[in-house]
Amino acid sequence: MNREKQIKIFILCIFAMILVVMASLSFGARKIGFTDVITALVGTETDTLVSRIVQERIPRTIFSIVAGSALAVSGAIMQTITRNPISDPSILGVNTGASLAVVAGIAWFQINTYTQYIFVAVIGAFAAAIFVYGIASLGYGGITPVKLALSGAATSAALSSMVSAVMLPRTEVMNAFRFWQVGSVSGAEWKGMLLLLPIVLIAFLIVVCMIPSLNMISLGDETAKGLGVNVNFVRGVAAFAGVILCGSVTALAGPIGFVGLMIPHIVRMLFGSDMKYMIPFSAVGGAILLTGSDVIGRMIGSPGELEVGVVTALIGAPVLIAIVRKSKGK
Amino acid sequence: MNMNTHRLKADHLTAGYDKKMIINDIHIQIPDHKISIIIGANACGKSTLLKSFARLLKPEYGDIVLDGKKISTLSTKQVARTIGLLPQSPVVPEGIKVFDLVSRGRYPYQSFGKSNTKEDFIAVEKAMDVMGITKIANENTDELSGGQRQRVWIAMALAQQTDILILDEPTTFLDITYQVEILDLLTDLNKKMGTTILMVLHDINLTARYADYLFAMKDGKLVASGTPHEVITENTMKEVFALSCEVITDPLTGSPLILPKGRHHLFTKSHG
Repeated sequence: MNREKQIKIFILCIFAMILVVMASLSFGARKIGFTDVITALVGTETDTLVSRIVQERIPRTIFSIVAGSALAVSGAIMQTITRNPISDPSILGVNTGASLAVVAGIAWFQINTYTQYIFVAVIGAFAAAIFVYGIASLGYGGITPVKLALSGAATSAALSSMVSAVMLPRTEVMNAFRFWQVGSVSGAEWKGMLLLLPIVLIAFLIVVCMIPSLNMISLGDETAKGLGVNVNFVRGVAAFAGVILCGSVTALAGPIGFVGLMIPHIVRMLFGSDMKYMIPFSAVGGAILLTGSDVIGRMIGSPGELEVGVVTALIGAPVLIAIVRKSKGK
Repeated sequence: MNMNTHRLKADHLTAGYDKKMIINDIHIQIPDHKISIIIGANACGKSTLLKSFARLLKPEYGDIVLDGKKISTLSTKQVARTIGLLPQSPVVPEGIKVFDLVSRGRYPYQSFGKSNTKEDFIAVEKAMDVMGITKIANENTDELSGGQRQRVWIAMALAQQTDILILDEPTTFLDITYQVEILDLLTDLNKKMGTTILMVLHDINLTARYADYLFAMKDGKLVASGTPHEVITENTMKEVFALSCEVITDPLTGSPLILPKGRHHLFTKSHG
């Protein structure tokens, strides 16, 4: 990977970002042309119908940017600290743990504020992460990538059927619940975002500080220890940041799968596994993928819309198969 | 030669995993500026001892002592500036260039806002030069041959600029040519820079040739130590490996050379 190619990809990312943001503001029940979007954004007339529609779409767009980058960075961290290419918040059951906690909270404890959602979701995410890690470390040979993935997949399946079990009998609130099952960014509001944004920013900051140490961990635990890395501390703090990132996004959007799996893989293919590139480009890539998927969902679901979690799963499943095939060939 | 000498010893060390002790009451002073090699049969505890020296494993009793201080009381980053480690199976991250991998050896000298200094660059360049990998600096490490990759790993440990270097079976899985090459390079390092080298090797004859000092272990205990001539004897080989052999003098180097007997192919002696 030479400098020139890096810069080209960087510029490409910026263009893709602008494109998906414009598309996100433009598509919907009422389609608004790009020029009208720009007029609505920079113009002085804020009271026209067009401008109000665009403004209503802004929170959703910003939310999908924040959520996408948080999920992708979370995936990048989990892949690095487990040294497992198929780790990702959804495969490890962390997403589902967060949504089960929220669904249970709504059903039995009448939680209804964003603060409560995020708090409960993060606890659920941690519980799931610890449970999956614990199961995977049982038995002979300690924790291995395969055991971790199996334990995560099994836990995730069990937790999502529990989500259904909590939801199905409660038909009257099922609609409100629905996006906890598939993941959606359509309900985004400024209020929730004001809560989410500082959490995500702090977690990003922690991750950025950990970049050099995470790079050492990718050389193997023994090599990292030999180089003076406190491996348990680094892994713990990074896992904490990763779980917070996906837990808080899940609190507001429900479980959105595959973003954390796909994006770090694509970034690694392009730039190698240096965290210096992995983290920032995963953040950008995740934002593009999630915002783009949301637009696609609105387009193919028209006149209604398809939840973004469905779209990412549709795109992600073939990518997962490709990854597994590729790693098998090695 | 290094100006200051760092001294490493195991002080009545007992260590193992999950309460199951692998090594028992080992008391060793690693000779300064020498190449020391630990030998022993599989599962005798030589890797456990090496891991304890590299502070990867906490002692159950006793201590690893570096320059008179218990290694557990020193900051791990501080230790990393004195002791370099090449584990048995380090992981090559996907798509990492040789230069970048060697640069990671500079981690103990870096902190937030103080990375990739001129010193770091010089150390990395020098390490690559010593290991003869400057030409492949921009190649992908995961595409190299086993022997070349091992040079890269050793270069990474060299970039760490430590006075003590610990290596866990650095020649395993390498062709004989590369084994000799790696051991030659380590000897260069020891002779030119005075680096104290401690490693585990499987091949007794290469050990006898390249070691200044030998530690032979059996069942978690130290059973013999000394120069190759002192340790590589028919009796010690029998004790350590339960191997019946004859020891002759290597005609090329004068070091001891073992000839395992086995049950087949031996000439039947007419007398006796």
